[in-house]
Amino acid sequence: MTGMAVFEEISPADFFYRNRDIAGFSSPSRAIYSTLRELIENSLDACEAVRVLPEVRITLRELRPSPTGAFFYSVRVVDNGSGVPGDKIPQAFGQVLFGSKFRLKQTRGTFGLGGTMAILYGQITTEMPAHIVSSTGDRYIHDYELMIDIQKNKPNVLRYKVHTNRDGWHGTLVEFTMEGDYTRAMPKVLDYLKQTAIVNPYADITFVDPKGRLYVFERTIRKLPSPPKETLPHPYGVDAETLYRLIAMTNTKSLSAFLMEHFHRVGKSLAGKVLERANLDPNRSPKTLTPSEVSDLANVMRSFEDFLPPDASCLSPLGEEILEAGIRKELNPEFVFVTKRKPSAYSGYPFIVEVGIAYGGGIPRTGDIVLYRFANRIPLLYDETSDVSWKVIHNLMDWRYYKVNPAEDPLAIIIHLCSTKIPYKTVGKEFLSDRPEIEREILNGVRLAARNLMLYLMRKRRFEIGKKRFDLYARYLPKIARFSTLLSGHKKEPDIGPLLAKVSSLGLESPGKMKGREGSHEQSPKEEGSS
Amino acid sequence: MSRALRKKEVLERLKALGEGVYTQMQRGIFPAVRMASRSVRNIDYDPHLRQYVLGDQKVLRSARNVRHLRPLAQLLWAGHVARSLVSQGKTSTLRDLFYMAQADEVHFKDQAESDNIVTDLETILGYAREDFHVFPEERSSIFGDLTIEYTVPGYEGRRLNLMSHPDGLVIGPTLTSAEFVHCNAKICIVIEKGAMFTRFVEEKAYERFKALLIQTAGQPPRATRRLIRRLNQELGLPVIIFTDGDPWGMHIATVIISGSANAAHLRELATPDAKWCGVYATDIVNYKLPSDPLTELDIKRLYELKKDPRYEGELWKREIDMFLKIRRKAEQEAFSRYGLTYIVDKYLPDKLKELAL
Repeated sequence: MTGMAVFEEISPADFFYRNRDIAGFSSPSRAIYSTLRELIENSLDACEAVRVLPEVRITLRELRPSPTGAFFYSVRVVDNGSGVPGDKIPQAFGQVLFGSKFRLKQTRGTFGLGGTMAILYGQITTEMPAHIVSSTGDRYIHDYELMIDIQKNKPNVLRYKVHTNRDGWHGTLVEFTMEGDYTRAMPKVLDYLKQTAIVNPYADITFVDPKGRLYVFERTIRKLPSPPKETLPHPYGVDAETLYRLIAMTNTKSLSAFLMEHFHRVGKSLAGKVLERANLDPNRSPKTLTPSEVSDLANVMRSFEDFLPPDASCLSPLGEEILEAGIRKELNPEFVFVTKRKPSAYSGYPFIVEVGIAYGGGIPRTGDIVLYRFANRIPLLYDETSDVSWKVIHNLMDWRYYKVNPAEDPLAIIIHLCSTKIPYKTVGKEFLSDRPEIEREILNGVRLAARNLMLYLMRKRRFEIGKKRFDLYARYLPKIARFSTLLSGHKKEPDIGPLLAKVSSLGLESPGKMKGREGSHEQSPKEEGSS
Repeated sequence: MSRALRKKEVLERLKALGEGVYTQMQRGIFPAVRMASRSVRNIDYDPHLRQYVLGDQKVLRSARNVRHLRPLAQLLWAGHVARSLVSQGKTSTLRDLFYMAQADEVHFKDQAESDNIVTDLETILGYAREDFHVFPEERSSIFGDLTIEYTVPGYEGRRLNLMSHPDGLVIGPTLTSAEFVHCNAKICIVIEKGAMFTRFVEEKAYERFKALLIQTAGQPPRATRRLIRRLNQELGLPVIIFTDGDPWGMHIATVIISGSANAAHLRELATPDAKWCGVYATDIVNYKLPSDPLTELDIKRLYELKKDPRYEGELWKREIDMFLKIRRKAEQEAFSRYGLTYIVDKYLPDKLKELAL
């Protein structure tokens, strides 16, 4: 023993400072992408929180080269969202917070840190303060300049001003400087914006890049998805650690009340049955449980058969109308079909899968299916081939059955998973693990979409054949009429109208009559029959 | 007389074709035209007529079938053109017709397609295309002491002796429709090749044999076959056919004599009494003619001919067997080895004696 190890407690801000790689800030180009992404998602959340159609304005300006060979940028994002109350602004933007809530909610943020991590990164790389302006729509606009005290994890307000809010503006402006590399980040950033627009067609997003180029993602639908609601954890998702924490904070006096208060789908009789199986007295105080009793209780809760599956009404799927609007506006395909699967659950977490298929038109022929993946309304851009959706469309689907050739047909598949907990496979949070329940729903959704595409293509083919046929009649019947008239010496040509009418009644149905969305979310007998 | 009747009949049948289609359309039904099938299975040899004829099978060209639409439109267009040609006394070639179609926005893929439609029209009308004034490209010619009188508009009554031009006269529409006025010839000699025809003219074979000379330039066009038949039937001239000594030459003679399968829907093209006078396979042996070996294709053709009902006569059987035996062939010009005049001085008189003409 030559030296003594020195241990020190570190603040969450310090922790992320030291581990910024896992938070998505591993390189200057990745930092640009992650920063924009965190800020945009914050803004979208802030708008949806108050049911306002989002308007997000993003500006990225290049300031000067950085010593490391990258550049310093000024980033600014303005939204028309809820705004942050004046006294909460320093905390919201100058302190890294961990959620300690024991409630679940479908949220966008990958880490739940919002923009704070981005601000922290900006401060670390440029030593410049962040500028925050916000109003909740009351009479005041709060204007802060602040920095984060990393070691203490405390906001340090450098300047604070209050302006009169004459126009009733509500929203938030976040502006700070950071080191980054936009040139290299550009493809991902644009990809991200486009895909964000697919799942947020009700948002109006503009982006001015460092070269002054303006990108506009226009709103095409004035309808917001229903907001997600908070829900209690389902017993199937519980572990001993969660129980400890709940026990530490609960005010309930009995185990029976404890289970009913803190868990989803647990009523008095079910609580009694669970405790009976765990050999615990329902009237005991939860605080008296021994570690082995806590562990046993967790096991019993996870394996108890009689709980109803979690209620999915807390989730906020996009819905078929919005998803279709997003696909149409960004991908401009010839044909779209979208389907929202029935809610399902894995490990006590409810989830809903939404699947879209887009064919032709603006969909490029890339030699493979273009896959767009979304989780809780955010695009997943990295590690596509590790994702369960990839597995479904490449390994589990037999496209030949649907008369589709992925190598030749211009085809895009859009998968949106929403859940109170997204099952990411790694800390990078860019791809979904292949949970069998989720895999099954995705597969069924893709199958239904593929079947509808097949029907469309068959109808289209039939229409084209019918059209060709009709065109031939329209071309040759007049000639036959004309020459037979000349030949027979009649004065007036015979009327070809009735014959053309007969031709068009023989299988001339426009494929346009078939709407992509009409399939709804379940296979109706009608569709089965016609396939 | 008969010419005027033919014209009237052609026009009536064209009108009937148009009327049928017109009435069907007027009644709101898909128009259809029925005609004899020209498929191989429907072609039979008629030993009485001594030519190929079509059997009883019919085909229906119906607008109900989308694939028949275009041919039907083309057929009626061709009928319309035929009617104009006949009634205005004008003529057209098959090639012409193909291009005329474009003016009327009737599309033909190629001339083969338009030629085929013309054949359809022949089948329906029961008349050869020459009767509705459509001719192939002219390449046959005639020379000899025959005086004709033109019947075509602008030339009616004008006369011409067919010796008036030493290169021979083109057997075109005007000649085919001309009346024979006076003939001093006693025989008609049909010659496959132009060079040999010229030799015959130069050697005054027409004088020596009192012959009309006709050059077919390969397989004779129908107008030429029709003319040969008329010379045979109207003037009673015996006809002899002189071709290369190979299966292809034999077949030129056979088509003149018995008609072709392609024209089984037509009558009055064949000259059943015409005779093939060489070059025979036996001539190659007897005259020790310079010869070439038969190709595989020649041999295959000979075996085909063996099975053809038109080759049932003694002469044909003997010569086919001889060709297969010696495996050699000879051109008409092979006689040149004995000098330029040999063929006219020696060979032809021998042949005429042999054929008892």
